[in-house]
Amino acid sequence: MAEREERRFVELPRDSVRLMAESAGVELSDEVAALLAEDVCYRLREATQNSSQFLKHTRRRRLTVEDFNRALRWSNVEAVCGCGSQDSLPFRPLREGDLFFPEDREVNLVELALATNIPKGCAETTVRVHVSYLDGKGNLEPQGAVPSAVSSLTDDLLKYYQHVTRAVLGDDPQLMKVALQDLQTNPKIAALLPYFVYVVSGVKSVSHDLEQLSRLLHLARSLIQNPFLCLGSYVCSLMGSVLYCVLEPLAASINPLNDHWTLRDYAAMLLGRIFWSHGELVRGLYQQILLSLQKVLADPVRPLCSHYGAVVGLHALGWKAVERVLYPHLPTYWPNLQAVLDDYSVSNAQVKADGHKVYGAILVAVERLLKAKAQQAPGFGGPEGSPRHSPPGQDPSPELGFGRPLLPGGVGGGPPTSSSSSSSSSSSSSSPLSPSLRDMYRELYDFFGDSLAARFGTGAPRGPPEPPGGDRGHPQRAPGRRSRPQNAPIDQRHGEPEGRGSSPATTGPAPPAPSPGTPAPAPRCPPHPLRSPARGSGRVPEMSLCPSGTSPLQFRDRGASNRAALPRPEVPDEFPAASRGRARFPVRAAAADDRQDRTGPAPLATGRVLAAAAAVSGHGPGRARGG
Amino acid sequence: MAALHEEPAEVAAVQPDPDAGTPPPPPAVPPAAAPAAGPAATAEGEVAGGGGDAAPAKPAAPGPAASPAALDRQTLVAVLQFLRRSNLRESEEILRREARLLGDDLGAVALSPASAGLLGGSGSDADSGEALLGRATSAAAVAIGGNVATVATSSPGVAAVAAVPPGKGAVVVEDQPDVSAVLSAYNQQGDPTLYEEYYSGLKHFIECSLDCHRAELSQLFYPLFVHMYLELVYNQHESEAKSFFERFHGDQECYYQDDLRVLSSLTKKEHMKGNETMLDFRTSKFVLRISRDSYQLLKRHLQEKQNNQIWNIVQEHLYIDIFDGMPRSKQQIDAMVGSLAGEAKREANKAKVFFGLLKEPEFDVPLDDEDEEGENEEGKPKKKKPKKDNVGSKSKKQDPNAPPQNRIPLPELKDSDKLDKVMNMKEAARRVRLGPECLPSICFYTFLNAYQGLTAVDITDDSSMIVGGFADSTVRVWSVTPKKLRSVKTAADLSLIDKESDDVLERIMDEKTASELKILYGHSGPVYGTSFSPDRNYLLSCSEDGTVRLWSLQTFTCLVGYKGHNYPVWDTQFSPYGYYFVSGGHDRVARLWATDHYQPLRIFAGHLADVTCTRFHPNSNYIATGSADRTIRLWDVLNGNCVRIFTGHKGPIHSLAFSPNGRFLATGATDGRVLLWDIGHGLMVGELKGHTDTIYALRFSRDGEILASGSMDNTVRLWDAVKAFEDLETDDFTTATGHINLPENSQDLLLGTYMTKSTPVVHLHFTRRNLLLAAGAYSSQ
Repeated sequence: MAEREERRFVELPRDSVRLMAESAGVELSDEVAALLAEDVCYRLREATQNSSQFLKHTRRRRLTVEDFNRALRWSNVEAVCGCGSQDSLPFRPLREGDLFFPEDREVNLVELALATNIPKGCAETTVRVHVSYLDGKGNLEPQGAVPSAVSSLTDDLLKYYQHVTRAVLGDDPQLMKVALQDLQTNPKIAALLPYFVYVVSGVKSVSHDLEQLSRLLHLARSLIQNPFLCLGSYVCSLMGSVLYCVLEPLAASINPLNDHWTLRDYAAMLLGRIFWSHGELVRGLYQQILLSLQKVLADPVRPLCSHYGAVVGLHALGWKAVERVLYPHLPTYWPNLQAVLDDYSVSNAQVKADGHKVYGAILVAVERLLKAKAQQAPGFGGPEGSPRHSPPGQDPSPELGFGRPLLPGGVGGGPPTSSSSSSSSSSSSSSPLSPSLRDMYRELYDFFGDSLAARFGTGAPRGPPEPPGGDRGHPQRAPGRRSRPQNAPIDQRHGEPEGRGSSPATTGPAPPAPSPGTPAPAPRCPPHPLRSPARGSGRVPEMSLCPSGTSPLQFRDRGASNRAALPRPEVPDEFPAASRGRARFPVRAAAADDRQDRTGPAPLATGRVLAAAAAVSGHGPGRARGG
Repeated sequence: MAALHEEPAEVAAVQPDPDAGTPPPPPAVPPAAAPAAGPAATAEGEVAGGGGDAAPAKPAAPGPAASPAALDRQTLVAVLQFLRRSNLRESEEILRREARLLGDDLGAVALSPASAGLLGGSGSDADSGEALLGRATSAAAVAIGGNVATVATSSPGVAAVAAVPPGKGAVVVEDQPDVSAVLSAYNQQGDPTLYEEYYSGLKHFIECSLDCHRAELSQLFYPLFVHMYLELVYNQHESEAKSFFERFHGDQECYYQDDLRVLSSLTKKEHMKGNETMLDFRTSKFVLRISRDSYQLLKRHLQEKQNNQIWNIVQEHLYIDIFDGMPRSKQQIDAMVGSLAGEAKREANKAKVFFGLLKEPEFDVPLDDEDEEGENEEGKPKKKKPKKDNVGSKSKKQDPNAPPQNRIPLPELKDSDKLDKVMNMKEAARRVRLGPECLPSICFYTFLNAYQGLTAVDITDDSSMIVGGFADSTVRVWSVTPKKLRSVKTAADLSLIDKESDDVLERIMDEKTASELKILYGHSGPVYGTSFSPDRNYLLSCSEDGTVRLWSLQTFTCLVGYKGHNYPVWDTQFSPYGYYFVSGGHDRVARLWATDHYQPLRIFAGHLADVTCTRFHPNSNYIATGSADRTIRLWDVLNGNCVRIFTGHKGPIHSLAFSPNGRFLATGATDGRVLLWDIGHGLMVGELKGHTDTIYALRFSRDGEILASGSMDNTVRLWDAVKAFEDLETDDFTTATGHINLPENSQDLLLGTYMTKSTPVVHLHFTRRNLLLAAGAYSSQ
């Protein structure tokens, strides 16, 4: 008790008193100093005690310097100035001697006066009223706390929610468009976010209905694009839903007539979008996604459509993801795929078609990888290498630019004509690359043979003539041995019901004119300004659909120029400019056929495609053998 | 019977006090001497009373004037009893034989109805014998020094007589006592080294006394400790004082900690000058209530020990209010003590208080109807009835406890006031009837960005405006309805207005000045209290600068600065009828003002520390003040007398609230407790525990069913006031003695605890429809 008492008050040593006296020019004897010290202590305590009443009457908890000064003033003592800061003053000890002093930093007034970030005056004192407790209920909930979400939704919001969900999932496409558009731009729907996220997570329960699935994905996309929404941890939930669409063997994919490929492509695109725009919200999300993709890819039991999803997913995540997961995994994965592709039995037809899808997807992915690599390589690259590419792998769009121009070459699939030029170009393009790139190319070329159409330095200006040649050259000389099976698909496809392009949007007037390639896809997934479409390779239509804003034009131009460059009258140019993939990839051609079938001029087109495809496939084996 | 007063007159009034002199006469008269010494005049009365009454000295039925013979017999019986109990069989036998002659009479006495029970038992029943013995002893003790006749006649009324107040001595204590005169009281020297011994001796005695006495006598510790310490300090025995303090301060009750802290910083005689707490101790006697038995015990002890030091202190600095009857329990004592100067004297709370409400003026019906027409049609028939009833019931029933209507002159009602009253009644008709099942909704007015420090809040009765007093000396008035605050046009503009037009009141307002917030500048220190006038035309604010300011809410300018307190003014409030207002401050007085007088009409002096809060009784005839001396006083506005002193809080009072019916008072203090008081009886009737910090706001709902309390602990709590006040059994005994037994039912009464996020509750207000408004400044700390 006594000790506590001792500590309760400040004791001023007489030395301090004497020091103060000296500073005022007075000499004090020890005795006087002691007496004074004691008195000072008492006065200090008294003032402190008196100051507490000011504290109480000011309805505060913390004693302030001001309270103390008031007490001093009322005892006719001069107030202590300069300590009125709200923050506590840190006391610093002086090294030598037991001296402590409050830290008093110099303030540069000039700097302060000229500072640009002048703090605005304190916010106005205001009175705000709110109903804290209604009829005494809401007990235990602190003032200002947000009550449970449901009750916080105003009627307006609820109505909005109902209307929007109805519109999105309903029958009227126009309405859906409007609703989605609003979702993308409405700044006031933050409170509804959890509900919409929940709706999106409904994908798992409608996996049989492609239409609904795609609508839900559209919904997700709108949410992602709404700049006013802070997704926060909902990113994970959205990601889960999207991944589900990408990877899972949907009930809808049992029926080959269902175009679940489009859905997967779209979902993969969303995946990439979410990741690029919101990936930083959740730590480790990237790893997590890669892991799940890898798992699917490494699981041979999974159906091919899942593998396809994994590949397009990786592709959407950028070439780095491809390099990290797909590329190393390719050697192990390839045999399985090869086996599928090599199985010509009728019963395997469907699976084999799927296999081709996967094959195409992988091809596109690795092409992009190669291009990115090439881009990175010093000294390489056309004009494209520059600004757009600055963050390699970050932004898929540049690669798209790359990929596109290939198509014509691919389309040209009709290899014969420009064999010489192509060979030369290919060599020229590859030579400057770093060895690793070259190795990589070699290795990949082993898998894909001529199908590997990576065309470097394609920039719009530079591109047209050379690149196609590059591609074309290969098939002629040495089509990948592995591409041989492609023969079969073509035949197969013939017999196929061509049901794939089931999506209603595929009204594409693909066949006609030279420019059709692009428009055809456009209707398909109009809302997405796809910036990362390159990975859409798996499916022809997809590819063509996706071009964003400028790219289609560019694309078309290139295509046109390519075409122009190509002395290939018999090859159906109009056809897909769409995809190089198709040209060298029968399956894609098949998909394109579907479209045409529907549209009318199809037969003709199909015929041509078939021809082209046959040509390609014909080359495949040839190359393989040749190699 | 030894109330120790200094005033001789008072002593005389009670009875000749044998013990008043400093050298106490030897106490403890041997009982055997009783019959000889005392003419047994009292004996019969005593015996008669003692039989049935546990409180012996307060005979329920005063015995008839007994004949000497009867008294003799009584004495004899007593002696025989004693002898028997002492196992002096022989002596008893001898005495019996000697008194043989009286034997028959004795029997007759035994048969007399008054003492039949007692005497019947006296022969065999040891207990009753003991009681009798006690009676005889005390009677003897009294008889020794006193006038027998006086004793005999006064004994029935002893309690009442003892309670006669010392001429209202408590009412006014000198405002600024002469310091040296006060201090000189400590001049008498004792041996400083013996102080500790004295104190520990007393401590030992008290601790060894019977349980029932110990609690009572323990009350002595604190005042004795303080005074002994001060004596030591005054006589400059610094080191002894220090060691004395250190040795014994731990024994004191925890609720004296604050005072002890002040005390401990006092170590020199020079410090004592100017120390207010010290002066408090000197200027006022510390009041203790002790039962007679305990007091006798103490006195005997002190006399035996010749402990003059302590005896002197007891005599000079303490006022021991002795009551007859059972000693109080520890709980009973704890409930009542804690104030700076001990408990209130019982007589301090005896004055009659007119706590009833004034009769409401009647309104002419046409006014009602006119107004009714303005209302929407549908509600018309329904509303009309209850309103009329309302008016009728209020006007017809004259509250028997109400003061005469014109006891205090009240301002005439203006037309606008009447209109407001009508509005009020209308609202009242739609009032939510609250209760435990129907709790009020709470709206919280949060003051945001109140960096300058919100110190006071008030809300108009019709809840249309809210005012905040801030530590930066500003007073800010907000309109909380869509109607903005507008000031009157300038004189030049006003002269242009057509004064005959119907909407002249509207026309005089300057639309350009409309805003939600008006800031009133004028004070030069934190504004500690604010109050709207009932008619909403004026606003009062009081500040640290020692002034109370009256502001016009028509022009938003200061009209008057009332100077008088000279020290910080902690609180101010308008009378419920306007015109008058009260203020209280650091100068320990509360002042009653009228708005048109620049000097106070009354000064209520008596508190021993700052007056921290002030409230008008609903009938405007009384004012309650809470103080840092931990007491609440009720003052009569008419004559300035203190009519009630309530003790029991353990910290400075910071909030007061009268129940709407005027019967009860609720008080909140820094100790986090709400205490409820019955004004009429002057008794504590309830204790509401729950808050963990200072209670700054208290308010009864409009009909008095709910008590809301708001605190620094960021909660609003609702209490069931109906239940708290229902079956109050205030029997005469309790009223007379002031002994209270508080039910431990805080938790039953607590209807709800409502948290704010981080906002101390500074003000509470029930709207006319019983919506609870709370206000406070958000504090981010």
